[in-house]
Amino acid sequence: MEIIKTHYNRRSFLKVSAAAGGGMVIGFNWLMSCAPSQEKAGLAMPDEWFDINAFLKIGNNGVVTIFSPNPEIGQNVKTSMPMIVAEELDVDWGTVLVEQAPLNTVKYTRQLAGGSQSIRQGWKSLRIAGASARHMLMEAAAKQWQVPVSELSTDQGVIKHTSGKTIGYGEVAAQAVSVTVPEEVQLKDPKDFKIIGKPTKNVDGQKVIKGEPLFGLDIQREGMLIAMIVHAPAFGMRPKSVDDAAARSMPGIKDVFVINTLPDGVEPQWSDVNAFKELVVIVGDNTWNVMQAKKALNIEWETVSAPMDTNSYDKALSDLLEKKADTPARKDGNPEEAFKKAAKIIERTYSAPFLAHNTMEPMNFFAHVTADGAELIGPIQTPEFLRKTVASVIGLPEDKVSINMTRQGGGFGRRLYGHFGVEAAVISKRVNAPVKVVYTREDDMTQGTYRPAYKVKYQAAIDKNNNLIGLKIRGAGIHESPVFANRFPAGAVDNYVVENHALESNISTGAWRAPRSNFMAIAEQCFLDEVAEALGKDPIDFRLELLERAATNPVGQNNDYDPARYAGVLKLVKEKSGWGEKKNGVHRGVSAYFCHNSYVAQVLDIVMKNSKPVIQKVWCAVDCGIVVNPEGAKNQLEGGIVDGLGHTMYSEMTFTNGKPDQNNFHNYKLIRNSEAPLEIECFFVDNGIDPTGLGEPGLPPAGAALANALYAATGRRLTNQPFYKEEATISPM
Amino acid sequence: MATFKLKINKKTYSLEADPNMPLLWALRDLAGLTGTKYGCGIAQCGACTVHLNGAAVRSCSLPISAVGNSEVTTIEGLSKNGDHPVQKAWEEVDVMQCGYCQAGQIMSAAALLNQNPNPSDADIYNAMNGNICRCGTYLRIREAIKLAAQMK
Repeated sequence: MEIIKTHYNRRSFLKVSAAAGGGMVIGFNWLMSCAPSQEKAGLAMPDEWFDINAFLKIGNNGVVTIFSPNPEIGQNVKTSMPMIVAEELDVDWGTVLVEQAPLNTVKYTRQLAGGSQSIRQGWKSLRIAGASARHMLMEAAAKQWQVPVSELSTDQGVIKHTSGKTIGYGEVAAQAVSVTVPEEVQLKDPKDFKIIGKPTKNVDGQKVIKGEPLFGLDIQREGMLIAMIVHAPAFGMRPKSVDDAAARSMPGIKDVFVINTLPDGVEPQWSDVNAFKELVVIVGDNTWNVMQAKKALNIEWETVSAPMDTNSYDKALSDLLEKKADTPARKDGNPEEAFKKAAKIIERTYSAPFLAHNTMEPMNFFAHVTADGAELIGPIQTPEFLRKTVASVIGLPEDKVSINMTRQGGGFGRRLYGHFGVEAAVISKRVNAPVKVVYTREDDMTQGTYRPAYKVKYQAAIDKNNNLIGLKIRGAGIHESPVFANRFPAGAVDNYVVENHALESNISTGAWRAPRSNFMAIAEQCFLDEVAEALGKDPIDFRLELLERAATNPVGQNNDYDPARYAGVLKLVKEKSGWGEKKNGVHRGVSAYFCHNSYVAQVLDIVMKNSKPVIQKVWCAVDCGIVVNPEGAKNQLEGGIVDGLGHTMYSEMTFTNGKPDQNNFHNYKLIRNSEAPLEIECFFVDNGIDPTGLGEPGLPPAGAALANALYAATGRRLTNQPFYKEEATISPM
Repeated sequence: MATFKLKINKKTYSLEADPNMPLLWALRDLAGLTGTKYGCGIAQCGACTVHLNGAAVRSCSLPISAVGNSEVTTIEGLSKNGDHPVQKAWEEVDVMQCGYCQAGQIMSAAALLNQNPNPSDADIYNAMNGNICRCGTYLRIREAIKLAAQMK
């Protein structure tokens, strides 16, 4: 058992109060009617709720409501974060209801979905919230029974005294409210966990299968208008003039105007990435009417910065790969010397295109701005930063802006950049009505904030004794180089250099599920495969050799991984997949990557049918420490693998004269059901280490495992994504 | 604008709409049935799938004026208590991640099992390839369809 400081030295901090955070109390009529309806099969609702702390309240009948602080974008934190609270509170999961907490920076920290960090960074505070509530309930029982609290224990929502008498949480909840918040609490020994580690179904599962309104796009409100935006058709353009005569006369249309969502004087947050700050807005009574009138707008656009073509930036990135950087991002040993004396040099360049996020739920947001305040509801990964910008742009203090988060139809990084929320607020203020901004798929796909286009060149020096003695890695990308200087195989190669180049562009880019890793894992793991082959070594054994070197005699400083954990997942996947066994007609590829604090290794089997690969099975070994919800964890990994395979194979955004060439799913291909692997099996390293996230780490290795398997099948190294262009479409059957 | 009498989930709705308005937007904006989702508007993603006389159709590309007397079934009307075999299987397998596409997936799967109670893998692919799941839950979707087929 672990004793931990709660950091709750002021009662007010953890206590719930309507004024906490200075947030306005606004009628959440949509949210009340739709989102947190408290139904659970066979669970009787209490007559009264008692607020124990910011994370939970307990009903007089022992039913518990746990507030999930972070945005839910499909990564399943709305289930897994409350599981952690419930574990330390020591209740039966069947008595727990879960509600999405609104933005409240006083009660909660880091209400953000990004970097696979919700579980890792929430782990302690969620445990403390549950443990301190449990302690307060025990204190209340001790007082009632006039016994020392040390004589009490708990079990599944019941407090027990050594004498044998018991009392339910619900029966002492009223008294527990006034107990002083403890300054330190005991946390459970992980071996005593009853909820953590148990496969647990999604808390919104029933609502989703019944089609209940959970998503931002489902918001309805009395008097609400629908607004759509028109952004410039090409990056580097803005509206010059608008002829709206025809549109205004169409049915249901209320107004047409131009807005600027980031006017001079507003200091942008990091989350305000947006290539189209000036927009034409059209407002009307329903979505279809506004869509139709939008087509009748006659807008003249003007060019403000030079448009880019795929051909031009592709060449510019290639040119950068031939250019020595002024200062290397990392240099160990003497790479120049190593390459001079090399008996053999292997060189390979990898590239990947811009990608759109394409969340299935397009961008949207609800806002109602009045003179007194602003109410915003919708799908956002960064509510805290959205509030700052909204407050600044519409001229209200932050405590007059409330933000509620809906369930989100995908995130993948796209909803880190909340311009659509700002747009809703600006439009609502302008039309003086509640407004829902709705993007069409075309608006969404052509808006930008893409995964940047990247290139990287790898060079390996091999000496006459068949040792890898040097590695040069030079990366280039739009707005950023993809290369992480201190990641594996840094630390495992004596002579090592990384150089980074970035190319400026008016095409906006942002974080896309496993940023940079989503490209680097493929390049790096394909290249290591090629080097292993040149050295005549088994690809897993070769990686393990490098990791052994990094563990026992690391090269350089700041190596950004734990070689033992990295090797652990490779060994696990090797064992589970029966690596080394030859199976007729089956071609295998391996890949491993560490990002977002979790380690993942994958082995992928294909068979070729009519010269096309069928993915038979993926074995996926993972070290994310303690697995909070094994069912959710597996789902994330399966999805990450399918997502990684799909984008590596099929997806790309290209540009002609600054204009995106793709705008909907007829010309932007996403992986389909029949193309996903026939089977995926996941294995977790059981080490009791504090948990890390899984929203991203499953994705990066997958594309390389496939490329390496394809090499085994065809003898061709795939280097330029999307691979379908190199004739590698996945066969349905 | 015209008035359309639509039979949706065994109820009659009288809706005032532009005859070209797709059924999707009539359901969502006029009838208040938001379980049917917008994903692409061009019948490429399947998020808007509903049943027309029991067969799967993409409601984003079906004008309200073309519905006529057909029985429209949406996710809200697939069963009374969310206990259609496909819904039960979806919950049992814990298919969803973000959940946004799942109403369309469930409607496509239910229509498939209506016509073909014991679909082969190829039948499942053919019926489900029109439904995109951006989270990549395809393996669980297949598993849930097979489980639902056993339940029937």
